[in-house]
Formats: sequence, structure tokens, C-alpha cells
Amino acid sequence: MESSAHRHETPAKRTFIRSILASLRWTVHFEGFHMSQTLLDKVWQAHAVRTLPNGATQLLIGTHLIHEVTSPQAFGMLRDLGLRVLYPSRTFATVDHIVPTDERVEPFSDDLADAMIKALRKNCAEHGITFFDLPTGRQGIVHIVGPEQGITQPGTTIACGDSHTSTHGAFGAIAFGIGTSQVRDVLATQTMALHKPKVRRINVNGRLSPGVYAKDVILHIIRRLGVNGGLGFAYEYGGTTFDAFTQEERMTVCNMSIEGGARVGYVNPDETTFAYLQGRPYAPKGAEWDAAVTRWRATASDPGAFYDDTVTYEASTIAPTVTWGINPGQAIFIHENVPSPHEVPEKDRATAEEALAHMSLQPGRPIKGTKVDVAFLGSCTNGRLSDLQEVARHIRGRKVRAGVKAIVVPGSQGVASVAESMGLAEIFREAGFEWRGAGCSMCLGMNPDKLVGNQLCASSSNRNFKGRQGSPTGRTVLMSPLMVAAAAVTGEISDAREIFSVN
Amino acid sequence: MALEKITQVTGRGVHVPGDDLDTDRIIPARFMKCITFDGLGEFAFYDARAFAKADGQVHPFDNPRHAGAGILLSGSNFGCGSSREHAPQALYRFGIRAIVAESFAEIFFGNSITLGMPCVVMSGDNIRAVAQLIDSDPAALATVDLTGRKFSIADMDFPIAIPDHAHEALVSGKWDAIADLLEGVEAVRERAAALPYMAA
Ligand code: SF4
Repeated sequence: MESSAHRHETPAKRTFIRSILASLRWTVHFEGFHMSQTLLDKVWQAHAVRTLPNGATQLLIGTHLIHEVTSPQAFGMLRDLGLRVLYPSRTFATVDHIVPTDERVEPFSDDLADAMIKALRKNCAEHGITFFDLPTGRQGIVHIVGPEQGITQPGTTIACGDSHTSTHGAFGAIAFGIGTSQVRDVLATQTMALHKPKVRRINVNGRLSPGVYAKDVILHIIRRLGVNGGLGFAYEYGGTTFDAFTQEERMTVCNMSIEGGARVGYVNPDETTFAYLQGRPYAPKGAEWDAAVTRWRATASDPGAFYDDTVTYEASTIAPTVTWGINPGQAIFIHENVPSPHEVPEKDRATAEEALAHMSLQPGRPIKGTKVDVAFLGSCTNGRLSDLQEVARHIRGRKVRAGVKAIVVPGSQGVASVAESMGLAEIFREAGFEWRGAGCSMCLGMNPDKLVGNQLCASSSNRNFKGRQGSPTGRTVLMSPLMVAAAAVTGEISDAREIFSVN
Repeated sequence: MALEKITQVTGRGVHVPGDDLDTDRIIPARFMKCITFDGLGEFAFYDARAFAKADGQVHPFDNPRHAGAGILLSGSNFGCGSSREHAPQALYRFGIRAIVAESFAEIFFGNSITLGMPCVVMSGDNIRAVAQLIDSDPAALATVDLTGRKFSIADMDFPIAIPDHAHEALVSGKWDAIADLLEGVEAVRERAAALPYMAA
């Protein structure tokens, strides 16, 4: 959008004036005289529109992602208020939570699911919003589609009516999960009212041992800092382990920030980030690309930036991690025993008892060897190509244990088609996995993929809440994709390093 | 948009004990297959209520002694998990008008304030003391007094805490930000024009 004041100027001059205006604003907003800033400081300043009467910041949201579950009511509110979408070109939609992964023909047999996809289609058409619908070949889990399309970019602000929006922070974006009223706010004003979070720097240094993955890193962090330890914080992840991580590994970690209570998690953008983005459909092209990379580089946290808190972990101390309870902080290394309630801090004791009862696990006994009914490989945490590749590499020639239902749900149609062309789907099928269409699937069981009764699921997803996978008594054990594969092959919770001779 | 100034909420209390009561428990995902929030109230804590029934027990939300309660008391990290506004909406539509807990998850907290449903923090000991009072006299009226930052029941006062910005938003009738945000639209356009990725 053009602001009228500059309309008579040449584009070059306008850009120049704007950059001066932007820097002036930057100075005015400067609090204290820290010369060094975090990425969060910089992105916040660049997107702060004004201070609202209640002291909150009206923050510009550059990119808005929507899906079928949390948007229909927001469009309804918009209609009630007689409002339109302010920047339709900055909102992108996809459908993920309710799509069946085994039938792709419409109408869906579930009337409610069918009504939801139709409502999203209608709302997008009415407001001129790009919709990565099922027939586009670009549909998938919203947090996989955004990066894959190059929509997720460094130095931007992103919001989505979904708490795992923190995933996009892997690119050095500040990304917020929001409720439906805020979806309405962003649709109508491209902004929302927010208070600036504090920043905790989380360093992980060194090399992960073979068979230990990004998933283990984030489960470990949540275990150490607690499920609400991140309250009021944004997590900035860094250190040599993160420097060496691929974009997809960084996404796995940022994805679960919210499980540690931090609404925002991010990694500073670097060459790995730029290389991932280059050539993607929505990434800048040509000269614009070079300018963008220069800008993106400058958004990274400065050396010596101020952090409200800093914690550091050694990668070599992290082992494959699995959850034993009903929140992601109830996690142990694969070779540890299920804790007894009296071993946990008193404030967590009642939850621990509840967890043991729900999970039917014996305290003081190894978690290894616990019988598994279902193995789920997918979700916005671990449903990307590299996850499937890593498992396929090890599963080739192996067989899913009789009696175990094992499904692979690629995170997007893009992931699915590349995986299929690489022959991964065949490898999984031969091993006895069902190869499904893209969506959230058994991560939350809003589609037909649900646990039944008290089935125990080895899952590469992010939440082990009671009832999360579609059965109120269903049991979820979170772990890395390769650990899911090991559970599928043995029919019990296993150490993937032993099963697949990883060393 | 003129909104009600919320300075206090009075009603009967209901205690749902437990820490980390997550959004999947407040409203299981299968009840989110909807395109309006209407009717969500009956599904609040659906599975926990069904479990209780199956065990021959009564969940507090089904206990006739607490019928019509408007103030919910619970443990720490209440509302953790998903960003689904369906969770506070379900509680609100069930009849809850204020929540008292040891701590709240951030997104749930914000979503609740936007509905005009205060979430206030009280110590675990005081919550348990109040729970006993409610148990012995479910009809006792309780008040979440934002102005006085106290929770009152049966002639007793307990201190409560709420972040200043949320407090201000509620008592000044600015708990839904949309009106303020709309007033800033011109400034929004300017800011957006200065950002290369949005100006393009
Ligand atoms: S995959 Fe799971 S966590 Fe991710 S968006 Fe879908 S339901 Fe949410």
C-alpha cells in the first residue's frame, strides 16, 4: 500500500525517504542505549505501529496463515462487524486438521469436515485469499506449507490460529500462535495487540551422538525448563548444534517452543536459511533476492545483545528421549526408568500420579519394552522430507511387527510427491507402513485417524495430552521419527540405536 | 465499540482440581469440527466428565450442587496447549465468567481476556481453602474484585493478581482490542509500506 504523502516522488526517492523515516522511528523507539539488539528487538521495532491506550503494542503482522479450524468463526465476526480483509495478499490458507488422509474425494464422508473445507473455500474466494486447496498439489500442514512455499521469511512477523506457529521462527521470523478473535484482528487490521516478550537464549553446543535428533533436543529442553518455564519468554535457540542444524531440524525445535510455555521460538537466520529459501515460489527473485539476503542477515541478533536469561546445554549429554506422561515435559531418556511420583518435585506429584494412571505405566520400571499398538510418523514437528528420509534409510528391508498399525503421513503434498518420486513411499509400504495423504492426521485425531480405546501410540508428534490422539483413553509416547520406526518394528518402545545399529 | 467495564465478577464457585489442565481436556478436538462457537458449552471438559461418570463419580461441572457456577477455580498452568479459542469459548458458553488459578498459559490467558473473562492468579493454598468452603457451601457467592485485587467469599478476602495490562483492559472496557486496532489503520498502512516484503 502506498501512503499518499510520497505519491509524487520517484520510487527511488520514496525508498530513500522511507528508509530515513524508518530509521528515525527506530531511534525514537529505542529504549535505553543498548547498541546490540536481539532479532526480536529488531523485528519488533520494524513492525510496531503504535502504542495502544492500554499499553500494548499494535504490531504489524506481515504474514497471516489460516486453516479450516480456527478461521471460520473469525470470518463470521468480520461479517458481523461489516469489515473486510485489509491485506488479502498477505494471508495464505490451507486445509490440514480435518482432511482425511485415505480418501481424497469430496464430499468427505464426515459432514462436519466437509462443511469446514467448504466454508474455508468460500471465505477465501469472497476475500481474495490464496488457498492451497487439495487440488493444488500445495496443500499440507500449515507450518510445513509456509516454509516450503518460501512464504516464511527472516525478519518478518507471522501469525496463525495455531499454537505451533512458533515453527516459522526457524527462519528468524517472529511467529505467534493466536486465538480466533486475534485471527479476526489480523484479517481486519493486519495487526494485533501484543506485549513484547522477554528473550531467553538457549544454547546447545557440540555434536549430537548418532541416533539423537532435533526432537530429542527440544524434548530435553522442555524436560529441563518445564512446560510453563517459557511463560512470558521468546526462546532464541543458538550454539554450535543449532549452527550445524538444517532448516528442517531447526523447525522441529522451534515447533515445540509452545510445549515449553514459550509462545515464540526462533533461530537467527544464516546461510543455511538463505539456501533453503532460494528458488522457492514466494522467495524474492533476482536483484530482490540479493537485497533481501542483505536485509535478512542484518536482522540476526547482534553479538553482545541483552538476554533476560541464558541457559546452555551440551549436545553430547542428550540421549534419545521419550515421554512417559501426559505433558511433553514428562520425558526421560530411553534407558531411564519411569519415575516414581515421590521422585518428582512436590508440585508436580499429583500430575505425575495422574499421568502414571492414564498411561498404565509402572514407576521405577524401564520405559523400554512397553508394548506399542500404533506407530505414527508425521505432524508439523516431524512430517518433513528429511524425517521420512532418515527413517526410510533405516527401515529398508525391515518389517512392521504384526499387530502394530503403522502409518506415515507426509506433512504436505509437496513432501509426499518428492518422497514418492524418491521411492520412499515404496520403502515404507514394503516395510508394512500405510502411506497416507498429507494432513495433521493422528496428531490430534480430528480426521478419521484416531487411536481406539487405550491404544498406546509411539508418535513423532508434539503433544501427549490425554485424549489428544482422538480417543479419550488413548496413550501417546512422543519421540523422534527413528524411535517411532523402532517401535513399529519391535512392537515395543525401543532404543532405535540398537534396533537399527546406529553408531 | 463500547464494551462493558469489567470491574468485578460475582457468582458461585466451582473447583476443578489439577495442574496443567490443557486445552484438549477443556475442549477435545473432535468438538472443534464446527464453524461457529455456538453450542460449545456442553462439551466443556467433556471427556473428564464422561470418565467421572464411568467411574461412578461426578465431575464438578456435572454436580448439581455447583449448577450455575460462574467462577472456575483450578491449579497451575491452566489452559496450556493449543491456541484454540474454542477452549475459553466453551467455558464461557458453559456459564463461566471468571477463572482463578495458580498460573495460566499465555495464549489461553489472552484469548480469555479478549472475551471479557478475567483470569486471575491466586495462591494454591488459598485456592484449596476456597475449594473447601465451596464444598461445604456451594451456594456461597464469590466475587473476583478486580478493582480491589481480591477474591471474596463468605466474609473472607484473598489476594489475587492479574497483569496490569489485562487489568486495565478489563476495567476500562477495552478488553477486545479490535476498536483500537481499527483506529490505527492509517498508521498500519504507513508501517507496511516501509517494509519491503509487504510493500511489494
Ligand atoms: S500437525 Fe498437529 S500440532 Fe501440527 S498443526 Fe496439525 S494438529 Fe497442530
